[in-house]
Amino acid sequence: MMNVLDLIEGLGASITGSLKRLGLLARFFINLLRVIAPMLKRVDLHIKQIYFVGVRSLAITIVSGLFVGMVLAVQGYEVLQRFGSVESLGSLVALSLVRELGPVVAALLFAGRAGSAMTAEIGLMVATEQIAAMDMMAVNPMARVIAPRFVASIIALPILAMIFSTAGIIGSYMVGVELIGIDSGAFWSQMRVSVDFRVDVLNGLYKAIVFGIAVGLLSVFEGYYSAPTAEGVSSATTRTVVISSLTILVLDFVLTVLMFRGLN
Amino acid sequence: MSSQPLIELTDVRFGYGERPVLDGFHLSVPKGQIVAVMGGSGGGKTSLLSLISGRNTAWSGEVNIDGHNMSGLSPKKLYALRSRMGMLFQFGALFTDMSVYDNIAFPYREKTDLPEPIIRDLVLMKLQAVGLRGAAHFMPHELSGGMARRVALARAIALDPMLMMYDEPFTGLDPISVGVVAQLIRKLNQTFGLTSIIVTHDLTESLRIADRVVIISQGKVYRDLSPQEVRESQDSFIRQFADGLPDGPVPFHHVARPYAEQLLSEL
Ligand SMILES: Nc1ncnc2c1ncn2[C@@H]1O[C@H](COP(=O)(O)OP(=O)(O)OP(=O)(O)O)[C@@H](O)[C@H]1O
Ligand SMILES: [Mg+2]
Repeated sequence: MMNVLDLIEGLGASITGSLKRLGLLARFFINLLRVIAPMLKRVDLHIKQIYFVGVRSLAITIVSGLFVGMVLAVQGYEVLQRFGSVESLGSLVALSLVRELGPVVAALLFAGRAGSAMTAEIGLMVATEQIAAMDMMAVNPMARVIAPRFVASIIALPILAMIFSTAGIIGSYMVGVELIGIDSGAFWSQMRVSVDFRVDVLNGLYKAIVFGIAVGLLSVFEGYYSAPTAEGVSSATTRTVVISSLTILVLDFVLTVLMFRGLN
Repeated sequence: MSSQPLIELTDVRFGYGERPVLDGFHLSVPKGQIVAVMGGSGGGKTSLLSLISGRNTAWSGEVNIDGHNMSGLSPKKLYALRSRMGMLFQFGALFTDMSVYDNIAFPYREKTDLPEPIIRDLVLMKLQAVGLRGAAHFMPHELSGGMARRVALARAIALDPMLMMYDEPFTGLDPISVGVVAQLIRKLNQTFGLTSIIVTHDLTESLRIADRVVIISQGKVYRDLSPQEVRESQDSFIRQFADGLPDGPVPFHHVARPYAEQLLSEL
């Protein structure tokens, strides 16, 4: 009997805890949105952050894209062969990448590589009172530190997603055409016919932008509110990766339903 | 109006959660003074600085800085006031991704429209003042604790504040660095006409450089004395500080229920 009560109490506490944190996140987001616009003229700060988050994630994005493309080619070929339509491989691979895998996998990699790094960096700045010192110098840390990193994620992630898709297409070409021997002309022409710029490419891009907002927001938020200790920063970093990844997958489902529901 | 104190706290009550840390707290600091604030660990010294700098707001009572009531100050006004305050954090709080030079240039670049050549001269001047012009190109991790604190000091005085706050500027430093930092605080206060509040555990240095020593106990100002009065005081509380006794009127233990009761009770 006691145990059940304890359980219910624990459940209630964890629910109110989560709700409180969600409220904190919402307020943080609103404060962040307020300071972004006046900060945009500081182009140098943004370029520096885009370089940090973008260029650092570039290698892992290209390599992962290549391999995902190669796997898609092998699996796709195996299935398409049964229906005697191996020349559709180009369109299958391109659609999967541009619509889904590009934005989603690039965002997951981005959360693990750049998002966690941002959280750790900001968390350390909090722990070593750098944020407090900035605030004491009458420089708003929200504008000077947080906003450029958030904006950089929104800019970098769509670019990384496109790079991922491109690398994937190259990977599938290498395996499908060069190795398995599908006709190169058919591979490209099928791709060109089936991929629609507005429906597929743009929607994929929108997804990446939404993921950029989500991962960017969660990363800076977790860093900003991490406990000022070594464990605090490390658990914040873990939370960034876990919560960002789940958020990406849930958002992807929602966005996919919204975007592609009306199509054939 | 020069007789008006720069800092005036009247009947201030402040704390975290339920328990007040400061209660019925009065303090008045005229322009140009160096005041050393002492008291037991957890006595509310850092909290006092956070009230003066507007990082926290008093529950009740009044905090007046240079004629501005800190509660009900708009964020913009608060920032305007803060750009005339400097704070030295205990571990310097230097920006770790910037060189010493860029750390000191930071307030000029963010708060002024000065061209880079003038900023360069100002940075070198401040570095010269703390004796570290030769370390301009160092990164913070290449500095010793004492050097880092001097760089932080140079950064804190960059915009020529009217008020400097030092949170335990001497802890963790070797005796020579303690002397160097203490003399710097004294010198800066004189040459730039500042007012300074030093939170410290180091009575010897406080007595050497401060005009007044304020001792906090149980959320109030327990004594407000001149260095001479502290040296001559027979008060057991003050002697505890002066002679560095671990237990005395300032208890060694944080507030807790009786030891025996806790040992015997269940978890
Ligand atoms: N952010 C906070 N949240 C909750 N409690 C706090 C916070 N900061 C300080 N306290 C509590 O308030 C009391 C006073 O803290 P404060 O840091 O002002 O003391 P202090 O005099 O600076 O101590 P020390 O000499 O150890 O630095 C302590 O009991 C501390 O536990
Ligand atoms: Mg303190």
